[in-house]
Amino acid sequence: MSEPIYRADVLVCAGTSCESSGARSVLAALTEELAKTGLDQEVRIIETGCRGFCSMGPVMIIYPEGVFYCQVKADDVPEIVEETLLKGRIVQRLVFTETESQMTVPYYEDIPFYQKQQRVTLHNCGVIDPTNIDEYIARGGYEALGKALGEMSPQQVIDEVKTSGLRGRGGAGFLTGLKWEFTAKAAGNPKYVVCNADEGDPGAFMDRSLIEGDPHTLLEGMAICGYAVGASDGYVYCRAEYPLAIKHLKIAIEQAEAYGLLGDNVFGTDFSFHVHIKEGAGAFVCGEETALLASIEGRRGEPRPRPPFPAVSGLWAKPTNLNNVKSYANVPQIILRGAEWFSKIGAERSPGTAIFALTGKVLHTGLIEVPMGITLREIIYDIGGGVEGGKKFKAVQTGGPLGGCLPEEQLDLKVDFDSLRQAGAVMGSGGMIVVDEDTCMVEFSKYFLTFATAESCGKCVPCRMGGRRMLELLTKITEGKGTLEDIDEIDSIAAGMAAGSLCSLGQLTPGPILSTLRYFRDEFVAHVTEGRCPAKQCTALVQYYVNPETCKGCGICARNCPVNVIEGGRRQIHIINQDGCIKCGTCLEVCPFDSILKVSGETVEVPTELIPIGTWAK
Amino acid sequence: MPKVKSLDELRKLRDQVKDDISTRIETGTTIIVGMGTCGIAAGARETMHAIMQELESRQINAHVRTVGCIGMCSREPLVDIEQAGKPRVTYGNVYPDMVPRLIEEHLKNGHVVDEWVVGRKTTDDIGL
Ligand SMILES: Cc1cc2nc3c(=O)[nH]c(=O)nc-3n(C[C@H](O)[C@H](O)[C@H](O)COP(=O)(O)O)c2cc1C
Repeated sequence: MSEPIYRADVLVCAGTSCESSGARSVLAALTEELAKTGLDQEVRIIETGCRGFCSMGPVMIIYPEGVFYCQVKADDVPEIVEETLLKGRIVQRLVFTETESQMTVPYYEDIPFYQKQQRVTLHNCGVIDPTNIDEYIARGGYEALGKALGEMSPQQVIDEVKTSGLRGRGGAGFLTGLKWEFTAKAAGNPKYVVCNADEGDPGAFMDRSLIEGDPHTLLEGMAICGYAVGASDGYVYCRAEYPLAIKHLKIAIEQAEAYGLLGDNVFGTDFSFHVHIKEGAGAFVCGEETALLASIEGRRGEPRPRPPFPAVSGLWAKPTNLNNVKSYANVPQIILRGAEWFSKIGAERSPGTAIFALTGKVLHTGLIEVPMGITLREIIYDIGGGVEGGKKFKAVQTGGPLGGCLPEEQLDLKVDFDSLRQAGAVMGSGGMIVVDEDTCMVEFSKYFLTFATAESCGKCVPCRMGGRRMLELLTKITEGKGTLEDIDEIDSIAAGMAAGSLCSLGQLTPGPILSTLRYFRDEFVAHVTEGRCPAKQCTALVQYYVNPETCKGCGICARNCPVNVIEGGRRQIHIINQDGCIKCGTCLEVCPFDSILKVSGETVEVPTELIPIGTWAK
Repeated sequence: MPKVKSLDELRKLRDQVKDDISTRIETGTTIIVGMGTCGIAAGARETMHAIMQELESRQINAHVRTVGCIGMCSREPLVDIEQAGKPRVTYGNVYPDMVPRLIEEHLKNGHVVDEWVVGRKTTDDIGL
């Protein structure tokens, strides 16, 4: 047969998340099975980027029907080929099942996880083959660049981006068009365009997924920026831990240059734009713009005071426009569909969409894109499917290690740059972690502080010392040694760090603690005044006891105790020796009669000597 | 690879490569071939290949789907043509040599080929 004519496309997500859950072996099995059945001349396999539904990965979508299969294994492939690809029938057991209603949802467009999402920035992600520029072009790719170069002046491009209201997706939400204008107007030559793809927040993978799944969108956005500000070189600063993103970016640059859509004389004009990739070594502070620029130059990744801002003096002291991946990725559509179109999406002062990496104790974790202005409740319950295991919601942390925690009362908060900041959290770069009632908020804020402190570059004192001092105080509190003065002390150090640190790392490090103090102060107070951890998580503040009323004297706890501090013979009420107990919780896990009590801040009356079961009276 | 020198050239290129992703975008027309064991035995795969060839050579954008047995085994190969806003028409005993006329009449000229029809449906209640 000559060129095969395809009637069906099987899209297999090969993003990093699905790859780690086995997408490679599914792809291999699929290739083999299609060849075996002769369907390879009519059914095509496309490896795409992330579809976002990572907890259900590896995922597969079969077009033209739009059948959605999740948690596909290599063993499932023969059945998929025989049933769906050959005979057009759905393999029910691979279809997504809604937890609550137990309803099966065979088609992609009907899956509740996607219902409240709006894919703008990620509109190609998971739909096209990121290593094939033709698919990007088929979806209208590079038309915005062609339009900008052919029909618009640089100032018109800047005006369009300004009017759209697009705000930087790197966290602070600065107006992108305005930033471009500063760079365009700054004196100095050459000028540079830099993309921040460092994405150092633990648990965040929005930028990675975008580059893996749709690298050309970023390149096109950067090229448009280059034209607008008058730069002919662009740098993507991407962490080396993102090998697939870097690989796809390299392929994309090569293909775009081959078509003359990047490189010398783009679209045959005298505008040239070369994109270079700079791999970062993975220091969180290198995501800060001045540290990032220093790192590209080959210097130590340390921030410097601003002003001057990069727009005036950036890379090699030349005017430099620096934006986040998503900021650039929004631009092609703004140019193509107009500022007005964009400004109508989302919230008034935060137009467009927000992309979050939804993680923690929600049922459906993954990558989501939602219109700005959606409430936290909709994100967590309608998209995320609610809290896992029927537990009670406690808090949601947004903005990564420099962000903040919001409590249940704030669930109806509309998510945008300004409302989040007012509530004490930040948009940040888009991590969203949900925690349930079993999380101790003091411990939780300590986790972020530990991260931020470890990542402090050490250049300025408030950040270097302030973080450390706060960590000591928090540790003291979790160990039950804290005082009310310590809580005040935290407040005052936080104020000092916010005012005196060189860059936002130090300025925002207190964020998670301050917001937790604002909404969960009583948990801190319980730790210091009552020696009680309300979530029963702080080891120093919990005790385990054998319940003398229900103990059956089976001895299982004693046999499993790793430090042998449980006493008792057959049919005797067992006793845990509190002095030697390391609070590992093993007894609680192994007791077949639910007779281990875990308490914090209360004492349980238990026998002081070994007595037979059933004889205990207080 | 020839360089793209203008927006017009890019759009031409886009039109050329659009077929690459045509199964993933709406086309308004779906041709459904019965591919149960009975259909396959009656030659449904050959019919389907003929349909795909015909669509390709006439540059018609349509989705081709397969569907399991729908119970009219004696009339296999069964081919349904569904176009947005029109009743879905089922043709029976469609063999490869009939395909050119079927596509010509139904899709190009918009006439149903009455003598081959075995059923019509106004609502879209047959799923995949
Ligand atoms: C410690 C620290 C880490 C940062 N990490 C990132 C990052 O990973 N990605 C990012 O885009 N911005 C990061 N930023 C923000 C950048 O400094 C900068 O504001 C942003 O990249 C500007 O892009 P935008 O205008 O498109 O939002 C970080 C800032 C700080 C202080």
